[in-house]
Amino acid sequence: MILTDAKIKFLEEKANDIRMSIIEMLLEAGSGHTAGPLGMADIFALLFFHTLKQDPKNPSSPERDRLVLSNGHICPVYYATMAHAGYFPISELKTLRKFGSRLQGHPHREFMPWLETSSGPLGSGISQAVGMAIAERIDRGVGSNKFIYCLTSDGEHDEGNTWEAILLGAKEKLHNLIVIVDRNNIQIDGFTEDVMPLNDLAQKYEAFNWHVQEVDGHNFEAMNSAISKAQAVFEKPSVIIARTIPGKGVPEFERDFRWHGYDPNGAKAKEDYTHALKELRTLGGKIKSEHQ
Amino acid sequence: MLNPKLKLNPKVFMDDVAQEPIRKGFGVGLVQAGEKYENIVALCADLTESTQMLPFKEKFPNRFVEIGVAEQNLVTVASGMAAMGKRPFCSSYAMFSPGRNWEQIRTTITYNDRPVVIVGSHAGVSVGPDGGTHQAIEDIALMRVLPNMIVLSPCDSIEAKKATMALGSIEKPAYLRLAREKTAIITTEETPFQIGKAEIFFAPDGVAHVGIIATGALVRTAMLAARDLEKEGIKVKVMNLSTIKPLDTEAVINLAKETKKIITVEEHQVMAGMGSAVAECLAQNYPVPIEFIGIQNKYGQSGKPEELIEHYGMGRESIKEAVRKIMKRS
Repeated sequence: MILTDAKIKFLEEKANDIRMSIIEMLLEAGSGHTAGPLGMADIFALLFFHTLKQDPKNPSSPERDRLVLSNGHICPVYYATMAHAGYFPISELKTLRKFGSRLQGHPHREFMPWLETSSGPLGSGISQAVGMAIAERIDRGVGSNKFIYCLTSDGEHDEGNTWEAILLGAKEKLHNLIVIVDRNNIQIDGFTEDVMPLNDLAQKYEAFNWHVQEVDGHNFEAMNSAISKAQAVFEKPSVIIARTIPGKGVPEFERDFRWHGYDPNGAKAKEDYTHALKELRTLGGKIKSEHQ
Repeated sequence: MLNPKLKLNPKVFMDDVAQEPIRKGFGVGLVQAGEKYENIVALCADLTESTQMLPFKEKFPNRFVEIGVAEQNLVTVASGMAAMGKRPFCSSYAMFSPGRNWEQIRTTITYNDRPVVIVGSHAGVSVGPDGGTHQAIEDIALMRVLPNMIVLSPCDSIEAKKATMALGSIEKPAYLRLAREKTAIITTEETPFQIGKAEIFFAPDGVAHVGIIATGALVRTAMLAARDLEKEGIKVKVMNLSTIKPLDTEAVINLAKETKKIITVEEHQVMAGMGSAVAECLAQNYPVPIEFIGIQNKYGQSGKPEELIEHYGMGRESIKEAVRKIMKRS
């Protein structure tokens, strides 16, 4: 779907609103994940305000595209985007992680039925999206124009379940499945390449017989074009490896991510990174870090 | 005597009683359920023939998904299909599913309240020569602890067929426990079956001294023990508890009220299994002495099914011994 300059400007504004909401809700909650949600704000804005066939006024329409959030811990960006898209009042975002809130610390669809699934424990999202794509094919055949999107993270590729799903998606040639990987190179214990090297993730997906694209996850035009291409692929499932900057959009944190652009294995980069990540994860010491 | 209302198999106590693996009834039931309910789909993890999914696969190839040896994927793909309105049955050996993929079942199926049926075949030590790695004796515990989950453990192949049909139309997650070995046919096509309802299969005349609550393939063993004991003047009622969750609390409490002594019989660890479910119910509502027949905090090993059942204290003689023991308790 074509993106005009005016639409790009609109999406930039929406992403900015979403980021502000994320910061506000995390400060109010006093805990939660920061880097991932901020880094994915652009992609969420693109999906909810441009790509997805969904209607907040008719959220359970069977014709809607499905969005599976596999890495549930980035739900602040999910909730903030849903609120800005009109699924529920923006004021409700302040209830995040509080008793009785529909905005559970990790998504729970019993509390918020518009979610396609609950998540938090990692590595099961692509499998569920694969199941949805197979079910859709059983019902509508290959002519279905409904897409199943799965948002996952690079860290989730440590999980065996993820690779089981990647195998099956290719075997079943699920052209209606589009996986977007948040390639931000971090996980809780540090750089993904230190914790568990993924090396060339694109090559891995290619070897598993997926259609692979690697794009700048903050470039609306590039992301939109990649999604359009993925929708047009017919003989295999698609993955878009979206390179993102954790904490994107918050200059005082983002500025400190000097590892992004120079050798991430350099000692100085690691020191800077560790400091910046700590700052980001606590929003400058104002909230508790995740899983503390 | 056999409960006449239930139209049980009159040959149940005979040596030449017809035998069939419990899992076979599931296979037949799945095809029938598939004919009746179009939204039923089946998924298997490289054990299609031995878990009896082959007839369904052959009849409805478009509604069957071969997952390969990947049990975590098995149940999460099923969850995704359920989210789109399907009623998935996913089968493997109980040791691998739910043995390996418990968290995925919890988060994506029961936490989401998705109507997926986990079919755990080859449960219990009666798997035999394959040995302890393949003998699931913890699966009832793993499944009954999950909110929203229904847990069924049929006593023969006919009941397994009826259980499968019943699960075809229930919009809840469920676990169906099956066994590998040939098992004597206790029930008939006319025997009523309802999820959540326990039935007295064997009852002596008059008030019973002891109540046995049994599940799965050991129901007949318990009935044989009760018949033996009748000759010794000990009156024992035997209940078939094929729905372990939700528990038929009324039936369990009524049996305890009558007999004041309960023995539970299951091919499973005594910790956290069916006996524990009964004990939880009675401790709260009508405390009576209980003896637990089952695996006593051990693992299985290779052997013939009947040897293993004897060795681990779940045979006819062990049940009789437990009855004599509980008669001395007050």
